Amino acid sequence: MAIIKVEGLVKKFGPLTAVDGISFEVEENSIFGFLGPNGAGKTTTISILCTLLAPTAGRAFLNGYDCNADSAEVRKSIGIVFQDSSLDKDLTARENLLFHAYLYDVKKPDRKRRVEEALSFAGLTDRADDLVKKFSGGMKRRLEVARGLIHQPKVLFLDEPTLGLDPQSRSNLWEFITELPGKHGVTIFMTTHYMEEAEVCNKIAIIDKGKIIASGSPAELKKTVGGDVIYLKTSNNPEAIKELARLLNIEATEKDGEIFIPTLKADACIPAIIRELGDTVLSVRMQRPTLNDVFLYLTGTAIRETQSSSGDDVKESVRSYRRRHDRG
Amino acid sequence: MIEVNAVYVIVAREFKKFLREKSRLISTIARPLVWLFLVGGGMSRLVPASGNVSYMQFIFPGILGMTILFTSIFSSISIIWDKEFGFMKEILVAPISRLSVVVGKAMSGMVLSTIQAIIILAFFPFLGLRIGILEIMGIILVSAILAFAISALGIVLASFYDSYESFSVIMNFIVMPMFFLSGAMYPVKLMPEILKYFTKINPLTYGIDAIKHLMFPSGAGTMGADFPFYLDIGVIVASSIILVLIGGKTFERKG
Repeated sequence: MAIIKVEGLVKKFGPLTAVDGISFEVEENSIFGFLGPNGAGKTTTISILCTLLAPTAGRAFLNGYDCNADSAEVRKSIGIVFQDSSLDKDLTARENLLFHAYLYDVKKPDRKRRVEEALSFAGLTDRADDLVKKFSGGMKRRLEVARGLIHQPKVLFLDEPTLGLDPQSRSNLWEFITELPGKHGVTIFMTTHYMEEAEVCNKIAIIDKGKIIASGSPAELKKTVGGDVIYLKTSNNPEAIKELARLLNIEATEKDGEIFIPTLKADACIPAIIRELGDTVLSVRMQRPTLNDVFLYLTGTAIRETQSSSGDDVKESVRSYRRRHDRG
Repeated sequence: MIEVNAVYVIVAREFKKFLREKSRLISTIARPLVWLFLVGGGMSRLVPASGNVSYMQFIFPGILGMTILFTSIFSSISIIWDKEFGFMKEILVAPISRLSVVVGKAMSGMVLSTIQAIIILAFFPFLGLRIGILEIMGIILVSAILAFAISALGIVLASFYDSYESFSVIMNFIVMPMFFLSGAMYPVKLMPEILKYFTKINPLTYGIDAIKHLMFPSGAGTMGADFPFYLDIGVIVASSIILVLIGGKTFERKG
C-alpha cells in the first residue's frame, strides 16, 4: 500500500521553480530515498509533504490525507528530523522529549514510558538530564530521530540526517535508522546527497533541477548504467589487451596501470579471462557501479560537483523569497 | 481549537528557561529598580508632590508598566530566536492550531511578567505608599491582563521580523517610544496635544492608568489617573483579545 502519493507537484518561489511537476509513490514500511544535489528541490518537497508549504500546483497525499487540505491529520501521521537541528539546546534531552510528547498530545499514562523508551533507544539514558548544548552532533541527531518517533508516526522524514556528522557517527546513525521500519513499523522518507548512503533504501527517486529523472531500487538504478566493471593487472598490459580482443572479443583500455573492462556479466567473464591469460594475471578486482555512477550517467555531472555554488544559489534565493513572502 | 496540553508545555518551557537564566532574572528586576530609585529619587527633588503623591510614588505604576513591557516583549521576541535556531519548526509541524502557539506564547509572557511585576510591587512600602490587600490583588490582575496584551503585541511584531538584527529596530522604534508615551514618566494631561494622540493609541497607557487608580487615593490631582477606570480595563481586555487574534492570523500564513 502506498503511504505517500504525490501527483504532479509544482512549487514556485516567484520566478524560480523549485519543484517541477513530480509524481511518485512510497510503499508502507519501506525506506524511500530522495536523492539529488543541494538545491534540487528535496527540502521543498519535504516541506510540502509536512504541510509547511502549500504547493503551487499538484497534490500530495500522506496516509490517505491531503497534505494541503487536511494538514492537521497529516501532522499527526508524521515525524520529522530537519536538516538543521530543531532541538532546544537550553533544555535537557528529557525536557525536549517531554515537550514533544505534550505537543503531540501523548496521553499521561504513556508519556513517561515513551520518553524513557526514546532515551534508551537513542542511547542517551545516562545523559537524559544534561543540557542538549553539551551533546555531540551524533547524539543530537539520535535524540532528534528518537523524538520524532515518540508519537508513533506512520512516516518519519529525515532531511539530510547525516549532514555535518563524522564518518563514525554517520555509520552508527545508519545502523540505527535501518532498524526503524522493522522495529517501529514506520516508513522512512529520507533525502541525502551522499550516494553511498542511499544504498540502504528500498526505493530511490533521483531528483535534479526540480524533476525526477529516475526511480527504482538501488539495484535497478545501477542496472541502467549497464553491468559491472573489471579491473585487471597483468605483467604486460598492452599484450594482455591484444590477447583479450583476439581471444575473447573484449574491448579493454588501460587506465592508471590497470586494464579497465566494462562488462554485462563480470562473474562469467572473470573465469574466462583468467583461463586465457593464465599466469600473466597479477590481480583481478570487480566493481559494481555505484549510485554515484548512476547519477553521473543520468545527468553527465558528478553529484559532488553539482552541490557547489549553483545549488547554494537556489537555496539562498528560496530563503530570501520566503523571508519576503511568508512570515510564519 | 486551542490545545491545552500544547499551551501548557509552551509556557512550561519558557518558565523553566527563565528560572535557569539567573542573569536574565536579575537584570529584568534591576532595571526597573534603577529607574525607580535613581530617576524617580532624583526627579522627586525637582517635581513637587501633588495631592499626597510624590513624583517617586507617581512613577511607580509606570515602573510596573515598564517591567511588564520589557519582559513581555522580550518573551515574545524569543520567537525570532526560535526561528533562527530552528526550534520553531518543531512547534510548527506539530498537530496543534496556530492559535494555541500564539496563546501559549502570550501566556508565557504573561506569567513571567506578572511574577516580576509582583516582585517590584513588593517594594511599595519603601515608597511610603499604603495599598490595601484588595487593591494589591487588583493591581496583580491588571498586570496580568496588560502583560497578555503586550506579549500578544510582541508576537505580532515577531512575525514580521525573522532575524535578530531586527531586534534593535523593535527596541528603539517601538518599545522605547511605547514606554515614554504611556504616562509612565509624566501625566498624560500635561502632554502636548500631538503626543497625547500617540499616548491614547498605546495599550500600555491604559494598563498604567488602571494601576494609578488602584494605587493612589482620589484627589491626587495632576499625579492621579487620566482616564476612567472602566475605560482602562475595557481597552486592555479588548487589546488582549484583538492582538492575540491578529497574532494567530499573522502566524497562520504559509507560502
